[in-house]
Amino acid sequence: MGDPARTLLASEQTLLHVDGVEAIYGDAILALRGVSFGVPKGAIVALLGANGAGKSTTLKAVSNLLGASRGRISKGTITWRGEVTGRLSPADLVRKGIVQVLEGRHCFPQLTVEENLLSGGFARRPGRRELRDDLDRIYALFPRLKLRRRGKAGLLSGGEQQMVAIGRALMSRPTLMLLDEPSMGLAPMIVEEIFEIIRRLNADDGVTFLLAEQNAHLVLRYAHHGVVLENGRVAASAPAADLLARDDVIDFYLGGSASSPASN
Amino acid sequence: MFFLNVLTSGLLSGLMYALVAIGFVLIYKASGVFNFAQGSMVLFAALTFVVLNEHGLPFWAAFPITVLVMIVGAVLIERLVLRPLVNRSPNTLFMATLGLSFVIEGLAQALFGSDVHQLDLGIDDMPLDLWGLQISTFDIFASAVAVVLVAVLAVLFSKTRMGISLRAVADDTLAAQSIGIRLPRIWQIVWSVSGLVALVAGLLWGARQGVQFSLSLVVLKAMPVLIIGGFSSIPGAIVGGLLVGATENLADIYIGPLVQGSVSTWFAYILAVAFLLIRPSGLFGETTIARV
Ligand SMILES: Nc1ncnc2c1ncn2[C@@H]1O[C@H](COP(=O)(O)OP(=O)(O)OP(=O)(O)O)[C@@H](O)[C@H]1O
Ligand SMILES: [Mg+2]
Repeated sequence: MGDPARTLLASEQTLLHVDGVEAIYGDAILALRGVSFGVPKGAIVALLGANGAGKSTTLKAVSNLLGASRGRISKGTITWRGEVTGRLSPADLVRKGIVQVLEGRHCFPQLTVEENLLSGGFARRPGRRELRDDLDRIYALFPRLKLRRRGKAGLLSGGEQQMVAIGRALMSRPTLMLLDEPSMGLAPMIVEEIFEIIRRLNADDGVTFLLAEQNAHLVLRYAHHGVVLENGRVAASAPAADLLARDDVIDFYLGGSASSPASN
Repeated sequence: MFFLNVLTSGLLSGLMYALVAIGFVLIYKASGVFNFAQGSMVLFAALTFVVLNEHGLPFWAAFPITVLVMIVGAVLIERLVLRPLVNRSPNTLFMATLGLSFVIEGLAQALFGSDVHQLDLGIDDMPLDLWGLQISTFDIFASAVAVVLVAVLAVLFSKTRMGISLRAVADDTLAAQSIGIRLPRIWQIVWSVSGLVALVAGLLWGARQGVQFSLSLVVLKAMPVLIIGGFSSIPGAIVGGLLVGATENLADIYIGPLVQGSVSTWFAYILAVAFLLIRPSGLFGETTIARV
């Protein structure tokens, strides 16, 4: 209701605009065919879709990491706080507050847990004290990592590696975190733990999230808004509660097997 | 005692091989490129230094200027060669460094001519008697320099932010980009450090056999060292270098007479082929850490 007011408010506070984005790999495979959506400040937005729908491509388009997979944005624009991001490097974007946690975690396996975390903080060029304080904040969030801080990250369990990857990204003090399938391959208990931390970061520290997930029932319990991708297009975009209430939509686009975990 | 003497002098020349190999490993780790131009960099650095030296600049002036030249070179290489080829296949990059080696050698010839230059670092090449072992003072000096250089690099890589970033890029380039590490910066630094290592290697080799174009052929000696030690391991480069140096010297003395010729020119390759068959990833080749 009160649509005009709501639109105005939304546009004022929308941090990220993805506008008609087409993305192409190797000049041959069109992975995104005109994707548009916005991420409001302070929100958790879920990016849903089956395998190959274009979730990872969308996140990499936002963080400008497509180049590394020989992909590029062929049409459309992405705007971050009013600035078109097309010409910025991934490092520029990190400094401007966008950081991505890649699908499959991508810790630095030969580096220790602590070195992994520290490396995430370098981009801001913080002082030694500041870096130390940030590190302690991450350890407070993931006490488990503190216990294993001198061990090589490659030897951690999958859940712990996901924590390292999230903690490492947090070290850059992001405004917007892009998380690509944080639940992938993890036990339900660990997944809950990680999503609880996402919720806390969102509520307490005001970090905005754009989360790609296949597990719609899970992520919609935490998200405010859901964007459903199908074949590189936005098939549905609605408040999370509305999407959750429409099992038919979820089942249709994500396949009925993407069933809910045991919710408490 | 004779055996030990042969062994030590072999180990000492092995340290030189190791230095050249370390230059390769640095670049290989940070960018996955087998830098064929490393030999030309050794030549170019040594020539720059020796020509400055001949023009009356003392060591303490000529050395930093040469380092500066190598840094400028590294930045230019990153800008003009690496950046345009970013995200290309390792083969493309290897071909680029092959081309680069010709450019650097051509440049060296154009700037400095092709004469052989004598290089005197002011260290005597006197044999010294240590508990019955005959070691030259220059060899002791050279190994001390090599050890110090490696130690400094080790501390740099393990402790500093730059070192952690470098190792992060070596581990997972995409992840490094995702957290805001600038690849161009890293490449400039790695090529600069490789340039510095090349300079040190070039000076130590050049002081021994004169600074001349054959210096760039050390690249051919580094190849078996890398195969034995593993392309991505600095300890591997050191151990591989020592192993090649020692065994080829021993082979020269003990096998040489049997085949009536110098063995050291090809022995390292036989050793490398043996390693390829037995342990293709080299002694210290990266075994990927993964937990299943
Ligand atoms: N590096 C690449 N080169 C070529 N095509 C690619 C590449 N990466 C992705 N694609 C293609 O782009 C499309 C979208 O892939 P994307 O990885 O974005 O999907 P996704 O929604 O993240 O899927 P998943 O749930 O499996 O991670 C797919 O058809 C995929 O095959
Ligand atoms: Mg994906």
